[in-house]
Amino acid sequence: MTPDVILFLILAVVAIASALGMLLSKNAVYSALYLILNLATIAVFYLLLGAPFIAMVQVTVYAGAIMVLFLFVIMLLGAEQLRRARTLGWQQPVAVVLAVVLVAEATYIIFTKTSSLPDIEAAEAGFGSPQAIGELLFNQYLLPFEITSVLLLVAMIGAIVMTRDGKKKE
Amino acid sequence: MTVSELGLLNILPILILVVWACVLLLLDVFVFPKREQVTPLLSAVGLVVALIYTIPQFGQPKEAFNGMLVIDGFAVFLNVLVLISGLVAVALSYDYLNRMGMARGEYYVMMLFSISGIMLMTSAADLIVVFLALELLSIPLYILAAFGRPKMESEEAGIKYFLLGAFAGGFVLYGIALVYGATGQTGLTGIVEAASGGLENPVFLLVGAALILVGLGFKVAAVPFHMWTPDVYEGAPTSVTAFMAVGAKVGGFAALLRVFMIAFPSISVDITPVLWGLTAATLIVGNVLAVAQRNIKRLLAYSSISHAGFILMAFVTYGDASVRPEATAAVLFYMVAFAITSFGSWAVVIALEHAEDRGLELEDYAGLGRKRPALALAMAIFMFSFTGVPPTMGFAGKLYIFRAVIQGEYYGLAVLGVIVSVISAYYYLRVVVVMYMREGDPETHSEGWLNLTTAVTAVGTVVLFIFSAPLFDWAAQAVLRMF
Repeated sequence: MTPDVILFLILAVVAIASALGMLLSKNAVYSALYLILNLATIAVFYLLLGAPFIAMVQVTVYAGAIMVLFLFVIMLLGAEQLRRARTLGWQQPVAVVLAVVLVAEATYIIFTKTSSLPDIEAAEAGFGSPQAIGELLFNQYLLPFEITSVLLLVAMIGAIVMTRDGKKKE
Repeated sequence: MTVSELGLLNILPILILVVWACVLLLLDVFVFPKREQVTPLLSAVGLVVALIYTIPQFGQPKEAFNGMLVIDGFAVFLNVLVLISGLVAVALSYDYLNRMGMARGEYYVMMLFSISGIMLMTSAADLIVVFLALELLSIPLYILAAFGRPKMESEEAGIKYFLLGAFAGGFVLYGIALVYGATGQTGLTGIVEAASGGLENPVFLLVGAALILVGLGFKVAAVPFHMWTPDVYEGAPTSVTAFMAVGAKVGGFAALLRVFMIAFPSISVDITPVLWGLTAATLIVGNVLAVAQRNIKRLLAYSSISHAGFILMAFVTYGDASVRPEATAAVLFYMVAFAITSFGSWAVVIALEHAEDRGLELEDYAGLGRKRPALALAMAIFMFSFTGVPPTMGFAGKLYIFRAVIQGEYYGLAVLGVIVSVISAYYYLRVVVVMYMREGDPETHSEGWLNLTTAVTAVGTVVLFIFSAPLFDWAAQAVLRMF
């Protein structure tokens, strides 16, 4: 076993355990913390696969920014303690059935189709590196990048317009 | 890369609008004390300057940002239409917002952003840009729809439009992903080249195109993706509805036409029957449900659905290369006709609307012919134009659409179009009958900018009909300069 495989196995166990922990914990804050662990583990997977940029984005955006937002909302709403929800009773059996279907599908494909797949060529050196992505983003895809910035500005102004009271006391 | 390599000068009007919107936002905060009164004027100045820089672009097609944007005749024609629509929308909004106590500087800033989104959409030659422009068009509209806050109906309109719009945006994005999966390209010309070389998974291209059609169909309110239209049109502040009815349609149809004509001609055999069904459903549902409406805003909402159907009629022929230029020119012309008539009729609605949604029922129009003869005459002209009676723009628009459809040999659709036009005469003319034949004493508003808008659109509806041949020629030239 190479170090890579050993690392992968350890990470896989952590990833699955943290995912289960997120689903099963009764306290929403614990769930969120488990999710952070899960997202961080997956970021390490990306590193193992040679995609450092996505790994960093995974950590900063998902494990960082978005999860902080999640935690804020959970704590602001005081929703740490989950009440036993009865409204979506049909959800559990449906989820189980869909999960079984997914597993069956995946097993079928892994055992029948993988032998017929062509070998994957190694990506050329530097593919997906922060430098390569930056060069694409600020040359070929400069316009989408700029439109996105305007879009975020508009969304921000919109959120303020929607929440601030129009008539100020002067 | 330098400024000229990027083609920044070619998209100067869009840049002017975006920068101007940001400047207005800052001026709004720091400079003017009575800013709600100054911002509309300044935003109109921005639109005029953008218009001055747009009109000379009507020449050779130009590119910007490595071919992600194409500024061709088609784009310039629609940009001129959109900028003028923006000016009309500002004029419509000014008095209305003051009267309803909604006047805030951000309103016009949002409008400018939305207009720049529409302008990006008319020139987008890459699916990524199409998606982002669609969002830039829509997000300000969601906010504007909810601008009547804390009025419940307006909040409902905003949240409904936002949720369904985000859902539709997801369809577009998934469609783009599938098209990319099939062809490895997001640029429209790249997709054609890849598709002509034969694809490993042609089904992906087809499904992707269908999903893009669903998402954009939502924006232009085509049946069966029209459910949001009456509620949002009714709940949103009327001046927003007027802008939304024209702006979102122009943007949506511009993207539909360009994407399908440039990128997906190879699958027209499969897409055309779907478009046929979509068109027939839109025509029938829009016109039949309009008959039952008593609220003028809902009536005009269904009317706008039915006009999306008429525009789709010409779009059905997109796979036929010999009819395509003519059909596209007919669509451009029809959009001008629809825009001018639609703005005019919404201006009349605004003139009769009172706080707390009073003055919006059909009965409130009784006696208008005696009390405000000019206003009633204008409304009558708009209703005749919507029906398609000469001498109005609506008649000329329908004429060109029907001509394109018959050239494309879609006789069934043409017959259906005539039948629904007859149905539409019932509910449009009912408005005229109520105005002139019923006794009543409607309360109306007479405000400078509003009266001006009504007068200009009413005169335009008739005068442009007289000049419809040169206007159509201009549209036809615009299409010839496409790519």
